[in-house]
Parts: sequence; C-alpha cells; structure tokens
Amino acid sequence: MLVLENLNAHYGKSHVLHGVSVEVRAGEVVGLLGRNGVGKTTTLKAIMGLVRRTGGRITFEGRDLTGVPTHGLAALGIAWVPEERRIFRLLTVLENLRTGLDRPGLDERKRQELLEKVYRHFPVLRERRNQAGGTLSGGEQQMLAIARAMMLEPKIILLDEPTEGLMPRMVSQIREIVHALHRDGVAILLVEQNVPLTLEAAERLYIMEKGVVRHHASAAALRADQRVIHEYLGV
Amino acid sequence: MTPRPPTSYWIVFAIVLALLAAAPLVLPPFWQRFATEILIWGLLAMSSDILIGYTGMVSFGHSAFFGLGMYGAAAALVTVKPPSLWLAVLYGLAGAGLVAVFVAYFATRLRDIYFAISTLVFSQIFYVIIFTWTEVTGGENGLTFSQPPLTLFGLHGARFTPVTFHWFVLAVVTLSYLAVRRVTQSPFGMVLQSIRENEPRTRAIGYHVERYKMVAVMLSGLFAGLAGTLYAIQNKFAAPDFVFFVVSGEVVIFNVMGGMGTLVGPFAGAAFFLLLREGLSRFLTEYYLIPLGIIFTLMVMFVPQGLLGFARRALNR
Amino acid sequence: MDQIVIQTINGLVNGMVLAVVASGLTLIFGIMDIVNFAHGDLMMLGAFVGATVLGITGNFWLALFVAAIVIAMLGVLLQVTTLRPLIGRDPLTTILATFGISLVLQKYALWQWGPTVRKISEPVSGQFALFHLQYPWYRVATAILAGLIIGGLWLFLKYGKYGIWIRATTQDRVMAQAMGIPVPLVHTAVFAIGSAMAAASGVLFGPFAGVTQTMGSDFTLRAFIVVVVGGMGNLGGSILAAIFVSLIEAYAALVVSPAQAVIVSFVVLVLTMLFRPTGLFVPTPK
Repeated sequence: MLVLENLNAHYGKSHVLHGVSVEVRAGEVVGLLGRNGVGKTTTLKAIMGLVRRTGGRITFEGRDLTGVPTHGLAALGIAWVPEERRIFRLLTVLENLRTGLDRPGLDERKRQELLEKVYRHFPVLRERRNQAGGTLSGGEQQMLAIARAMMLEPKIILLDEPTEGLMPRMVSQIREIVHALHRDGVAILLVEQNVPLTLEAAERLYIMEKGVVRHHASAAALRADQRVIHEYLGV
Repeated sequence: MTPRPPTSYWIVFAIVLALLAAAPLVLPPFWQRFATEILIWGLLAMSSDILIGYTGMVSFGHSAFFGLGMYGAAAALVTVKPPSLWLAVLYGLAGAGLVAVFVAYFATRLRDIYFAISTLVFSQIFYVIIFTWTEVTGGENGLTFSQPPLTLFGLHGARFTPVTFHWFVLAVVTLSYLAVRRVTQSPFGMVLQSIRENEPRTRAIGYHVERYKMVAVMLSGLFAGLAGTLYAIQNKFAAPDFVFFVVSGEVVIFNVMGGMGTLVGPFAGAAFFLLLREGLSRFLTEYYLIPLGIIFTLMVMFVPQGLLGFARRALNR
Repeated sequence: MDQIVIQTINGLVNGMVLAVVASGLTLIFGIMDIVNFAHGDLMMLGAFVGATVLGITGNFWLALFVAAIVIAMLGVLLQVTTLRPLIGRDPLTTILATFGISLVLQKYALWQWGPTVRKISEPVSGQFALFHLQYPWYRVATAILAGLIIGGLWLFLKYGKYGIWIRATTQDRVMAQAMGIPVPLVHTAVFAIGSAMAAASGVLFGPFAGVTQTMGSDFTLRAFIVVVVGGMGNLGGSILAAIFVSLIEAYAALVVSPAQAVIVSFVVLVLTMLFRPTGLFVPTPK
C-alpha cells in the first residue's frame, strides 16, 4: 500500500536519507527501529512531504506522492502522529479533534460516531474535551494526538515514538490502541525505541542505521533471534 | 564578498572615479546637478547598507539621520556668520550623531521587525518635533540659508560652482566609501556579518554583540548625517519632508535595487531609481511610483540580490 | 473635567475603529508571519471605494459592503501573486514586498481619485448634548458598529469551522497541513478577511476626517503600534491596545497639539518593545 523506494532526502544541505526502501501493506503494522538520529523520524517527515525529497519514489496505493501537497495526504488516507505530538495548544481537546472532522463528505452522525469511538478508547479526552490542549499532561497529549489522527479515518497512521517519556500505565494504553487500530484494519508504520513493544505489536520490522535500512525481518524471526537487534541497537 | 584580484578592482575603481569626476565637465547643467544628487543619495544608501547588508538590521528610519544632518548644517549656517562649511559639517554630524545615540541604544535590544518599527517610529518622532516646533525649525516651511564658500586648510577659497561642488561631494563620498569599505573588511566588519548570519552563535563565541551593533548604528547614522549635510549645502535649505519616513523607504529601495551588502550596490540603486524616476515622471508626473513600485516589488521577489548581484552572477556565467 | 469625559469618549470611538484595522493586521501576522506594510493602504482604498459607491448610490451601508468585498478581492489578488510565493522566505523580504505594494496602492489612489479630500457623509445624523459640545450620534454608532465587527470576527474564530482552521494554522502550520487543512487557502482567506476589515474601517472612519490617499501610511503606523503593544498576533491584546493607545492620545491632546500627541503613543510603543516585547495585555508566555 505504502511503498518507499530508494528514498533520498536532504535537510538544507545535509544529506540525511540515503536510499530508504520500506513497504507497508494494507492493514499491516510495521516497525521501524534504530538508534537516535538514524533517520526514522525523517523518513516519516519525508512521507508527509515535510523534508526535501531528492531522489527515489513514494507511492501510496499505487499513486506517486510527488507533487501531492502535505494537506492533500489526509484525504488519501495518511495520518501522522509526530514525535513532539504537536497538539494545537490553545485549541480545546474537542477543537483539536474537530480539525480532523471538518472535512467534506462527513455528516453529523458520522462525526459523532468517530468522536464516541475515541472517547471509548480514551475516556479522559471526553472529560477534558473543553480544556485547552496545552493544559493536558504528556500522556494525555499523546492520546489526543492519536485520537486526532483517528478522526481522519486513515488507512495508515505514521506513529512516531508514541511511548517516549510515558509512564508504564500510559504505555499499556498506547499498546492497546495500536492493537485496536490493527483490528480495525488500519495500517501502522511505527517508529519506536521501545523494542519489546515493537516486537510485540509489529508483524515486520526494518532496522535503520545512518540513513539507510540495514535489516528487514519478520517480527517472529526477530523475537526468536534477537542478536540482530543487539547488533544495531546495542540493547 | 568574493575575493577578487585587487589590481583589477582598483583599475575599475579608478575608471569609475575618473568618469564621475569628468561628468560635470561634459554634462548640461541639469544633469550636472543630477549626478551630484546621485552621489549624495548613494552615500545615504551606503550608510544604510552597513546595517541592512552587513549586520542584517533593516532601518526604516534613515530619514532621521539624514534630516538631522540637514538641520544640523542649517543650524550652523543660520546662526554663525560668516557661514562656515566645516562648521556646518560638524553640526550636521552632531545632529545625526544625537539621533544615532538614541537608535543605537535601542538597536542593542531589539531585533528584526521590532528594530525596523522602532527606527521608523524614531524618525517619525523627530519628524513631528521638527514639523511642529516652528519657532526653531521653521515648521512646515523649513529653513533657508546661503551656501558657505569652500575653505580648505585655512585657505579662503571661492564660492562653489556646480562643478566644484560636484568635485567636493565626490571627494567626500569617495573618502567615505573607502572608509566604510575598510571597516566592513576589517575584523569588526566580519563580526557584523557573522551577527547577520547567526546572532546567537556570534554571541556564544564570546563577542559582545550589543556593542558591535551599537557601533554599526553610530557609524551608519554619521555617514547618513554627512549625506544630509551635503544635501543641505547643495540646496541651501532644510525641510521636514526629508525627515519624513518616505525618504527612509527610498533608502531601502536603493539598497534592494542595487544589491544589499555590497556598498557599491546602493549607489547603483540610487542612480537606477533616480534615473527611472526622472524618465518616468516626464510623462507620468508623480505617478511614476506606480511602475517603480511594481518594479521594486518584482525585484524583491525575483532578484533579491539586486542589480549588482545580478550583474555579477551574469558575468560569472 | 468635561474635557476629560469628552476625550474619553473620543478615545474610545477612535480606539474601536483602530481596533478593527489592527485586528486584521495582527491576524495576518499571526498566521503568516507577514508584517503587512500595505495594510493602511487597503483601508485607504476601501474608504475611496466606499466614497465612490456612496456618491453613485447614496447608500452608506451598501458602500460599506461593496468596499469590504472589493478590497477583500484585491487582498486575495495581492496575497496570491505576491505574498504566497514569499512564505517561508526571510521576513525582511515580505516587509519589503508589502512596502512596494504600499507605494503602488498610494499612488494609484492619487491617480484615480486625486489629491483632494473626499467627504463621506454620515449615515446617522443628529447630535446629542455633551456638556458644551454637540456630540454627533454617528461617532457613537461607529463605535458600536466596530464592536459588532470585532464581535463577529471573534465568534467566527471561536465557533466557525473555518475559524478553527484559522486558529489551528496560526498555532502550528505544519500540523494543520497534516490534518488536511488546506493551509495556502486559509492564508489567502485570512488576508481577505483582514483586507475587508481594513476597508470597512476606512469607510467607517471616512465621515470623521474625510478620505485622503495619505491616511493609509498614517494608519499603518498606528496599527503597527497597536499590534506590538497588544502582542504580535494576539487578537484580544490588539483590541485592548487600540483602545488604550487611542485613549492616551486623546488625553495627551488636551495638553499638546494633536500632531504632537502621536509622540505619546510612540513612547508607549518603544517602552513596550523594551520591557514587555510580548505585549502589555498578556501574561508573558512560558
């Protein structure tokens, strides 16, 4: 469904991605592992059209994404949950969610359904719906960021380090929502530092180093033999 | 700046200087005067380039320095008899220096658009004071006075003719240009440019950024004041119109059109603008600013390096 | 004492008109990081368009409406042709480009309408006694109308679908795009709204002092002062600042000439920039 072929990208003058090839099939959870600064986040940003692509191709459901503006990706079914969460801090929780609901072809009933669905997953967002996004705790902001992405009814979510800096209780909530999304048939490209979580949630994994993919294997294979992970991640 | 062989630079410099010196001898009176004016406005624009092009601070208030230079010269020429050229220059510089102290104080604390607005506001403060303080400044009508004779090394020279005045201006402008060029190429100038490129890093390296900015503003203000003094002497008047921020805007236009951060560019920009104005206003009268404003906006968008930068790139190709 | 009451009312009325101009400017700055040097000129053009329509139809309210629409369209044209290509460039570039636009608009107005002052007659006649003065009802009506415009803007931003888009884009342009909000379109729309508000205030202000092609730069400067004093991009702050600055100028005019009273607001501006660059009316952001 989402295919990155030999993707190259630049930040200003520095060359940060040197030919990344990754594929995510429909409904699949794919992990992207690697140490800090190897280009995992940049890969997601490149898909979102936020860094300068200088080579290679990105296709989504067979369609070349070159020339598609960032704001056109949501309609195609691509949602992004950035590492910094990027909550609209002065908007209330409900308004944050509304940014993904005010799109054409969505009637009031459907909107309510979508809201109810995320409120079921994250009851705390219902309680805080009239509170400014910036006043939420880190974990709540993470939930809001995921919930906001879910408003777009995406076919794929690019999930960037969702558990970073969260308490264990929050981490298990994130784990649950990843499973729930998976059950609903939403594909996920998961960038994580949390190896056990990724091994459990993902079906396949890519391991990156210095702007390229070094290793690619099924999660089952990596669970059975974790030497590769030790080698690249030093954990 | 791209390093270039110094000999070829000085050859070009000498040729341009010779052409400028010969200009009044061959030009009809109207264009004689015009050439002198280009030099004066070019000097003003160059002074602003120290801030815009080298330090990355946009001044929308250079009319204040220029205008106070004019009124300073006027003060000397109106009050002191017989009128003295050098006293006029001294007073003019003092006037501009006074404004520069104010602006320099704020320059150290404000950045980007805040600096631009504060310079604009300062020039307007001085404009309002000059415009409304009729007893001293002549208000709307300004001040008129007679031109001082040229005195040099104690010799009592003759009255200025348009040609000798042009040479006098050319000499002052040339010396100013060489001085500013020297400054911008000195270690001090390098620090200014590094402030333009990255102020926090410059500070982190250990430079006292505030002091450098202050000196840059003082320097810029004094040369702008010098231009104002020359203009007052040429025209034998000082008027509030020249303190108004429209003049500051023109100075910025000169810089953009000619090429910021080149020192020579502002002269080219002033010449280009004034010639264009002259040509366009023949058949468009005061509406010349409509096409000129469009040209300016297009240059900002598509030729941000200005005429000089554009020419340089075209030549290198 | 009488004088103080009169000047308070004058300051409030002028402040409300200024608030309409400045809220457009601050909205545009907040969302696009563009300092629009031509904002006052859009107001001036709006006033001229209004005066022309009034001259033809004799209907003030129609003039107000047409001026707002025409200038909004002009704003769209300017934004798409000049400012959209410059987004993301050095802020200096947009300052210079809008400065160029300002020159063109001013001289265009001079060419089109000439140097004489145009009168816009008051749609609300009548006066009421205020101490020794006969105070025109129109001024009071203007303040109320300006308040309605600002209130409408506030409601739109707070509850409207596009209002939420605007606020989201202002806070995080990139994330707004990722949520599918067509940010370039939002930018253009905000520029159009700001332009329309400038035009409306131009028509409202017209009966006070007439319309000239130089009123633009005067109001650009005033609006700048207000926007900085209120906190760049902060709508509520700008409105309070507009009233605050106008009141101060009105009181200063009791002591010095109105031309000199401007200096007082300059001083307020400079002090704000030095000591509270985030604006007078907001707590310093964390």
